[in-house]
Amino acid sequence: MKSAPFEYHVPDSLEQALELKSQKGDDARPLAGGQSLVPAMNFRIVQPSILIDLNRLTELSFIREEGQTIRIGAMARERHLEFDASIAKHIPLLTEATPFIAHPQIRNRGTIGGSVVNADPAAELPVLMLALNARLKAKNVSGERWVDAPDFFAGMFTTVLEPDEILVEIKIPFMSPRTGWSFMEVAPRAGDYALMGVAALVTLDENGKCQQAKLVYLNAGDGPMDAKQAAKILQGEKLNDSLIESAAVLASEQEITPFGNMHASAEFQRHLANVLTKNALKQAMQRAEENLQ
Amino acid sequence: MTQSFPVTITVNEKEYKREVEPRLLLSDFLRHELGLTGTHVGCEHGVCGACTILFDGESIRSCLIFAIQADGHAITTVEGLAKDKDNLHPLQQSFWEAHGLQCGYCTPGILMSMIPFLKQNPDPTEDEIRHALSGNLCRCTGYQHIVDAVKLAAEKMK
Repeated sequence: MKSAPFEYHVPDSLEQALELKSQKGDDARPLAGGQSLVPAMNFRIVQPSILIDLNRLTELSFIREEGQTIRIGAMARERHLEFDASIAKHIPLLTEATPFIAHPQIRNRGTIGGSVVNADPAAELPVLMLALNARLKAKNVSGERWVDAPDFFAGMFTTVLEPDEILVEIKIPFMSPRTGWSFMEVAPRAGDYALMGVAALVTLDENGKCQQAKLVYLNAGDGPMDAKQAAKILQGEKLNDSLIESAAVLASEQEITPFGNMHASAEFQRHLANVLTKNALKQAMQRAEENLQ
Repeated sequence: MTQSFPVTITVNEKEYKREVEPRLLLSDFLRHELGLTGTHVGCEHGVCGACTILFDGESIRSCLIFAIQADGHAITTVEGLAKDKDNLHPLQQSFWEAHGLQCGYCTPGILMSMIPFLKQNPDPTEDEIRHALSGNLCRCTGYQHIVDAVKLAAEKMK
């Protein structure tokens, strides 16, 4: 239960960190909050030969509004997302979902960038990145690029980051007006990995019809699972029980691909997805209607 | 044995200078290097909460951070709560009075989780207390007396 030896670097600037990453490439793992990496190292599931500790890069721990977006540094702690006033005002889905991430003691240390790059299909933040149309900025010594959330995740615990790149920032647009939200999951105990979870967004038009919907699931496949077909059948319609039922069936039976685990069979996970979809859509719709008034 | 590096870490307001191997966990540093065995080690992967300490005033798992990362930071462990055994912190006193522990293995972690919690929520509801305790496992008490103890502490600390 102790980590294997590794070479430790703790750069004082992003520039130094990128320089190190470009020299050491895949051998070097950036250490952000360490709330997934360190337990994996304690278990020796992973044995990185080099760690680049990003915790002194205070330049990456900002949360600020800019235009109609909120820009979040990759090293912003989950606990800061949870209590940030501008996130609560403009991206309430993120505020509501953050307390579902593990426990306060973990969120005090865990970072948004760390969780996103870890790309655990059972984690909340990758799902939220998709649901909220986040854009992610990767940097290397020679430049930077922005990647849209759906293009960022490349399978289980895998992203499109190149060996010399570090995720530095996440940009999330304000939720649009007349939008309702919901985040629901079922976990054996509060703070445990959820057996199934969903982020739902419903945007209504001026007449109260669904202009756009979004349903993204966690622990439902090899990454955050965006149920596009289910969302599409809601579009342009006045939402009612039977439509919501159809979306729940479509998403839970056709679009997600849960694997099952020791706590829940795949079939039970699909059942949970069905129930959660209905509850989440109803809550999101209700909140959107409140915003309409 | 890999190379060791010098660190300066303030623990319970006392400054310690040591040489540490990068892979040494903060929990092991506190226990083995400093002899502060009040910080308990349970699962070593962040689930049980027994090793919870304050890092610059915020509760974290000391098993999920390397000691070298605490260089220049201030740590509070359970040993930092009471002046001496006759002057317990009101939170400790409440655990005593309300029978908030049986074997006591989980207690230091629970105390160190509840210190910042009660600072943020001086007048918590039972639901809030239970939620705040969700990151700390206790296998003896069934939690009821722990909840009672935290309620009592909130009263005392008003």
